[in-house]
Amino acid sequence: MKKTYKIEVDCANCASKMEDAAKKTEGVRDAVVNFMTLKMKVVFEDGANVDTVMTNVLKSCRKIEPDCEIFF
Amino acid sequence: MTKKQKKNLIRIIIASVLMICFIFVPVSGLYKLALYLIPYLIIGYDILIKAFKGIINLQPFDECLLMALATIGAMVIAIIEDGDYLEAIAVMLFYQIGEWFQSYAVGKSRKNITELMDIRPDYANVEINGKIEKTDPDDVEVGTIITVLPGEKIPIDGIIEDGSSTLDTVALTGESVPRSAKVGDEVISGCVNLSGLLKIRTTKEFGDSTVSKILDLVENASSKKSRSENFISKFAKIYTPTVIFSAIALAVLPPLFNMFILSQAAGWANWIYRALTFLVISCPCALVISIPLSFFAGIGGASKEGILIKGSNYLETLSKTRTVVFDKTGTLTKGVFEVTGIYPNGIEKSELLCLAAVAEHYSTHPIALSVKSAASEYHDSVVPDNTEEIAGHGIKAIIAGNTVYAGNAKLMDKIGVKYSIPEAVGTIVYTAKNNEFMGSIVISDIVKTNSEKAISGLKKAGIRKTVMLTGDNKSVAEEIAEKLGIDEVHSNLLPADKVDIMEKLISGKSNNEAIAFVGDGINDAPVLSRADIGIAMGAMGSDAAIEASDIVLMDDDPLKISKALKISKKCLTIVKENIWFAIGVKIICLILGALGFANMWTAIFADVGVMVLVVLNAIRALLVKKL
Repeated sequence: MKKTYKIEVDCANCASKMEDAAKKTEGVRDAVVNFMTLKMKVVFEDGANVDTVMTNVLKSCRKIEPDCEIFF
Repeated sequence: MTKKQKKNLIRIIIASVLMICFIFVPVSGLYKLALYLIPYLIIGYDILIKAFKGIINLQPFDECLLMALATIGAMVIAIIEDGDYLEAIAVMLFYQIGEWFQSYAVGKSRKNITELMDIRPDYANVEINGKIEKTDPDDVEVGTIITVLPGEKIPIDGIIEDGSSTLDTVALTGESVPRSAKVGDEVISGCVNLSGLLKIRTTKEFGDSTVSKILDLVENASSKKSRSENFISKFAKIYTPTVIFSAIALAVLPPLFNMFILSQAAGWANWIYRALTFLVISCPCALVISIPLSFFAGIGGASKEGILIKGSNYLETLSKTRTVVFDKTGTLTKGVFEVTGIYPNGIEKSELLCLAAVAEHYSTHPIALSVKSAASEYHDSVVPDNTEEIAGHGIKAIIAGNTVYAGNAKLMDKIGVKYSIPEAVGTIVYTAKNNEFMGSIVISDIVKTNSEKAISGLKKAGIRKTVMLTGDNKSVAEEIAEKLGIDEVHSNLLPADKVDIMEKLISGKSNNEAIAFVGDGINDAPVLSRADIGIAMGAMGSDAAIEASDIVLMDDDPLKISKALKISKKCLTIVKENIWFAIGVKIICLILGALGFANMWTAIFADVGVMVLVVLNAIRALLVKKL
């Protein structure tokens, strides 16, 4: 399953770090962060609970970039 | 300006004012430190917090840590040597100004670019119980009648049921001449209805409509990363740790060398200061921001011109294109057969055309249709008494008692009529009346008005070879190629042959150049996807073409090909300028800093200045109108 989320992040470097963090989160098969359109595209593993996964994604993103925001 | 930007701007102003005021306050020692800490903390508290969090989360290598280390270090040196605290504050201040500018500029260009692509319709007017209501286009089912008022965007693809109007397609195609639409016409979403009220029966869901597809394509374009972007993100990953370790080495090794080898004073303060300068210079953000921003601006500018580029990587490959391969029909020619020559034998031209048109009155063969459309003024009143289609040959018709034959050379041979072959190239319709040759009509595909200009434009833009592929016969193909100035022609091709020729061309080129294929997406999808860059033309509404290609031209003007090439070249030039400029200035400053020629002021100016320049340069990629 694929979903796109609006995000808020300040710099391009931080955006690519968020992408790495999201990719490493459990339940995420792939993630792409587009800094220019401020969007995060997440491909979930089959059967993953989207809400829990996204909570974890946000948590790991906050770790590397405390200012960031994902709207889900 | 966002809330955050406003807040940061206020912080910047307050801190600068305080800093300037404190220069004139005569204090010294710890009072001075306490005083100067106020602007320092106002401007830098968030950086300090982030740096601290970074260490706790084991993600230490970021610019906040660099800034925190550099400024705290400068403070400590100032305390020890009773020096100036101004430097530390200034570094933090300029860093924040740079960040603010970056966020503002990026936000602004993001807004500009998304406004360019603002074709998303917000609602659809659906009649419910006799009243017209605005509904979410996502909820409109296929087959629903929607009403589009003058001035509104067509939200969903469909067919006009009632009303006629002119449509503005500029947002989709970059073509500024409005097109007219009447009952029965297919219309695509994203066009603006200019004059009359239209009732449209939808043929697609909103998600499958042209406008959704285009938006999806453009929004996802920058997630396909180019080689330059990958290079930069790899570079940034090794760059920051390298600089930090070099800084540590710079702070520790020379003083130790002084102490133990040369038995001199260590000069710790001097070397630590140089190391801190190093850290200030080391922020990679100018680089990291400018490259995607340049690509994004290039893609945005191109889509404004009706050129959709599916990814930054394609923009990059396009700029390396040296060979362009064209499909003939629908690309360089209109793909519509028209009468291009009339060669009568003893009668008037109009008479011959009329005769053939009437004979073919009931025929729906494409050739017959072109003859009839050329003769539309003459033949409407006359109808043949009887017609008979002779398969593979043509038509026999009885018109006012005369027996008229219209067809190919085989037909003439069959009925034993002597005929002369005209010199022009194309499909020839011979006409005979009562076994007497009346003349011939030549029908051929018409070359688009801009094709010749497009080819010469490509040559000027650095294309070395142009190739044309076609299923047509040799004489037709060669005539067109000569007229347009095309270097190489392959004719009589089946669709599969086209792929073979593309394979041969690809294996014959060198690695750092690319081959582009331009087609209309009809039966050349395999070639489109095989070429390094597949360019589909006239893609309004054609899903297959959008799928198979890398670049989509919204209308079928061949001039857009050379325009796309120029946009890609400009964009890549900007990217290269930015890479070399940003890395170059940084390396020079790093060397100067290590040798002690650059102080922290120079360093922060280098950092912020470079960033401002590369961001401004990146935005230049948006300006493509005059290319």
